[in-house]
Amino acid sequence: MITVDGLSVAYQGVAVVHDVSFSIAPGRTYGLVGESGSGKTTLGRALGRHLPSGGAVTAGRIEVDGADVLALPPRELRAWRASALAVVHQEAGSALDPTMRVGAQLAEALRIQGRPRGDVTGLLAKVRLPGEVARRYPHQLSGGQQQRVVIAAALAGRPRLLVLDEPTSGLDATVEREILNLIWALRAEIGAAIVLISHDLALVGRLCDDVGVLYAGRLVEEGPAARVLSEPRHPYTRALLDSAPRIGAERAHRGHDVTPLLEVRGLTRAYGKTKVLDDVSLAIGRGEIVGLVGESGSGKTTLARAVAGLGRRGGGAITLDGAELPTEVGRRDPATRRRISMVFQDPDASLNPSHTVRTILTRALGDGGGVAELAALAALEPHLLDVRPSRLSGGQKQRVAIARAFAGRPDLIVCDEPVSALDVSVQAGVLRTLADQQARTGVSYLFISHDLAVVYQLADRVVVMSGGRIVEEGPAERILREPRHPYTIGLLRAAGHEPSQRRRHVH
Amino acid sequence: MKGFLLRRAATVPLTLLGVSLLVFAATELVPGDVARTILGREASQASVTALREQLGLDRPWIQRYADWLGGFLTGDWGESYTLGVPVHDLVLDRLGHSLLLAGVAFALLAPVAVGLGLWAGVRHDRAADRVISVGGLAFGAVPEFVTGVILLVVFAVKLRWFPSGAQAPEGSGPLIVLWHLALPALSLVLLCTGYVARHVRAGTVASVESPYARAAELRGLTRGQVVRRHVLRNSTVPAASALGVQLQFLLGGLVSVELLFTYPGIGALLLQAAVDKDLPVLQAAALVLGLLYMVIVLGADVAYRLLDPRVRLGAVTS
Repeated sequence: MITVDGLSVAYQGVAVVHDVSFSIAPGRTYGLVGESGSGKTTLGRALGRHLPSGGAVTAGRIEVDGADVLALPPRELRAWRASALAVVHQEAGSALDPTMRVGAQLAEALRIQGRPRGDVTGLLAKVRLPGEVARRYPHQLSGGQQQRVVIAAALAGRPRLLVLDEPTSGLDATVEREILNLIWALRAEIGAAIVLISHDLALVGRLCDDVGVLYAGRLVEEGPAARVLSEPRHPYTRALLDSAPRIGAERAHRGHDVTPLLEVRGLTRAYGKTKVLDDVSLAIGRGEIVGLVGESGSGKTTLARAVAGLGRRGGGAITLDGAELPTEVGRRDPATRRRISMVFQDPDASLNPSHTVRTILTRALGDGGGVAELAALAALEPHLLDVRPSRLSGGQKQRVAIARAFAGRPDLIVCDEPVSALDVSVQAGVLRTLADQQARTGVSYLFISHDLAVVYQLADRVVVMSGGRIVEEGPAERILREPRHPYTIGLLRAAGHEPSQRRRHVH
Repeated sequence: MKGFLLRRAATVPLTLLGVSLLVFAATELVPGDVARTILGREASQASVTALREQLGLDRPWIQRYADWLGGFLTGDWGESYTLGVPVHDLVLDRLGHSLLLAGVAFALLAPVAVGLGLWAGVRHDRAADRVISVGGLAFGAVPEFVTGVILLVVFAVKLRWFPSGAQAPEGSGPLIVLWHLALPALSLVLLCTGYVARHVRAGTVASVESPYARAAELRGLTRGQVVRRHVLRNSTVPAASALGVQLQFLLGGLVSVELLFTYPGIGALLLQAAVDKDLPVLQAAALVLGLLYMVIVLGADVAYRLLDPRVRLGAVTS
């Protein structure tokens, strides 16, 4: 039995978690939901009494099976961690020592439990990994495999409390589904109280018995998952549910010009012997929003980069208004270059940290005029113009990137996962800005996302890629609600959407 | 790994050819006439011309370069103009002395610098870290001939704890040899420790705060176990390349330190040969040092690959 009673946590005197109380019975799963900054990760770290430096519990108790965790002296704390606690962090890749083989790391976890090295194979089998994985180094595994290894390490003992902190962030929908299924399957066997921390309300709703919603460090709502998701009582929970895009939700129907703006014909790209794009052909109409979906490695980013003139050379042709575009952006003349711009997933990497927002936008405009108007287009508040990107939130940074993309009055903007790193409520605002600007300027988007619901909300047409090929394409409504290709159906199922079978023919 | 070694080894002869050309060109550019320097200002023009012919200096440079390189490769390094002894034996003998000094310095440097860096990194932003970081930087900023002079004055002249010359008498035991080498080695160590320690510290800080260190601690390992099993290796990865760079620096420092402590090493020999315009010695010593340089760089690269499986197994291009 885990009991958290009146817990408050502060960083350097600033309170980030206020008076949080909840309890979890063994074998039950408790979901902690909140957006970034809500204090959910801090809370998760406090449960293992492992706050980053500067952080301290200022009030409250944490009791795990009768042990008062916060009062344990160092030696007993270590013993308690070894025997009763298991933590699975986000980004499994970094939770594994890059210089040690997987087997050695699992053996270490086993040794703490007093178990022999030989149990490594059994541990790997438990998380459905072949024994030969033990000889690999972490970087030789995929993200999903790495997370399985971390889960295996967590299973070395018999934890009473298992903390899963965003265990599937950064993983593909299909892999996420596999990992969650694994956790689900092991749940009964572990018999531990499980805390699942996530920003994804829908995911928590599917997996957890109870849900607690954190907002600004306070638990604003708590209750059985089914109840919280269907009849939220707190306005924040309701807003969170409403801002999450949903397939099948009401979407604006808009017409667009059918004259093709950009045409891609027979595009082929390869890394060594691996074909990442295999004879891909695609057309984007003027003013059309084309959603591009697929798992990582499906070639969607390579395709987007090829359109923008980045990346390596290969076969095929790209034409803009009928005129063929040189493969490399450096060979395109400045006027042509301005017609296609790009918004990247990570604005931290694409905005120069030493320039103010004003400098970034002025440079993009070239002639220097209209910075304020440009910022206004992307709903960027004027007082943010004179700060550097490091002072901005993720959503504000992405708005700067969007404003910059519009600076050259482009005909086409390639958006590569532009909202994937953002919280749901911020995401909703950025998506609205993208839609508004499209309607105002008549620009076309090539919109890449792994989030099918986001694509559903924004795109007119959807293109599904797998293994470097386009496997299905058509109107967003049709593809995402009545998919025909098994791959698309799998993709939708993995994301927790049960596609309608209405128009599928049974042979 | 084998492929990497072969690829790297293949570049060695090519680099050596370039180095030999540079060395030869540099010695060609030494101002003044060699024969005139050897014979002195009083000598007649006729005897100078005769010596030039005898030394082969009247032949075109390309021919002399080819002869010299061929001789170098076959072990015939010529004879010293001023000492009249075979260059081969002279240079290798002096090289041996220098390697001993550099070896002692390095054997002191590596554990001290890595240890200090680890300590500073584990206790980062506390007093010990500040002292190590600032102290290392301060000593690194003072040239080795200045610290050498201070060490010499304090410990050899005033306190008389150490001898002022680095060369132990013929037939001394290893402890006596080490006692003689202590001060020159220390002045080199003081120069290089800060740089290496800072690299190790940076690696340690990153590693201590990494998710894998946190995960290990949450599995119930003690801080000491986490440092020994996870932090140590991850923080020595940057140390390997830093040590390689410092070893090269150390070789450069040999010249002044050997001179200061009257030690018969290759650095002192190089300097003397340059002053005397003793071309065969100068060229051979420079080329040998160049070769040593390449071996060190190669060694550092190999160590880096051994320590970091991501580089070794090709996930990261180095």
